[in-house]
Amino acid sequence: MSGAWIEARRAARERGDYAPLVALIPYARFLGMRVETHEQRPRLRLPFRDSLVGNPRLPAWHGGVTAAFMENTALLHLLLQLDAERMPKSIDFAVDYLLSGRPEDLYADCEITRLGSRVAQTQIRCWQSDPARPIAIARAHFLLSTSE
Amino acid sequence: MSDPDFIDALRERYLALSPHMAECGMQVGALSADAAVLILPWREDWLGDSESGRINPGVITVLVDSAAGLAVLARVGQREPIATLDLRMDYLRPAFRGAAVHCRTSCFRLTQSIAFVRATVWQHDEGQPIASAQLVFMRSNAPRPGHGGAP
Repeated sequence: MSGAWIEARRAARERGDYAPLVALIPYARFLGMRVETHEQRPRLRLPFRDSLVGNPRLPAWHGGVTAAFMENTALLHLLLQLDAERMPKSIDFAVDYLLSGRPEDLYADCEITRLGSRVAQTQIRCWQSDPARPIAIARAHFLLSTSE
Repeated sequence: MSDPDFIDALRERYLALSPHMAECGMQVGALSADAAVLILPWREDWLGDSESGRINPGVITVLVDSAAGLAVLARVGQREPIATLDLRMDYLRPAFRGAAVHCRTSCFRLTQSIAFVRATVWQHDEGQPIASAQLVFMRSNAPRPGHGGAP
């Protein structure tokens, strides 16, 4: 992992400045993802914008974008929590949609449910105004790179 | 079921009706009641990691969800509201910068309430897929329980 990664992780951990880390994932930056600290835990936020709408009649978030936000929540969480030397590789991802995403910001957090030497299993929750009412829950496996 | 006028209308309007699909520049490829192909042209924004040049898994999921919705409507044969209930992705191979991403989806089972969809994703060779997926959609106009119909 290059110096940019190490510096971005240091900025996040030491100064709570997450922007350099998000900027290293061009797609997360394209979506407009932000990392915030809430009650001493990192929490991901995706501000609403019209171009992320899937169904303008409701209107509702594009369900794929909600999923993409959750996958990248897990990736950013792993980058923050682990000292991985490369970007974890996605193995699989499964999401259950519980509620339609209203035109408001999305929030998500991630829990590492199992951490092995090669594989991490994560669970991700996504909600809007009420953390107790998730709009989607997901799980994902990642292959952790080992230094070569 | 396979009204050619409806398929033509779907081809013309499906992407334009969705702000996010339009923003991503997706294009409809082959389209029939049996299968739909959606194409995501390459853009640097899709990268997950500039160093390795790998495409982010999230944008592949966006393509799959979009393509699956198209396949369901093509199979249904008329406009109706549908909602994704669940989606599962398997990332079979890494996807790399510089090439469009293609997704072929098929609604292989349609009931009054539910649509079951399979998807395959590739860049250069459909025989070397980068991902496969399964999705389940709810048909929101379906009769409510107690009004008959199954499942």
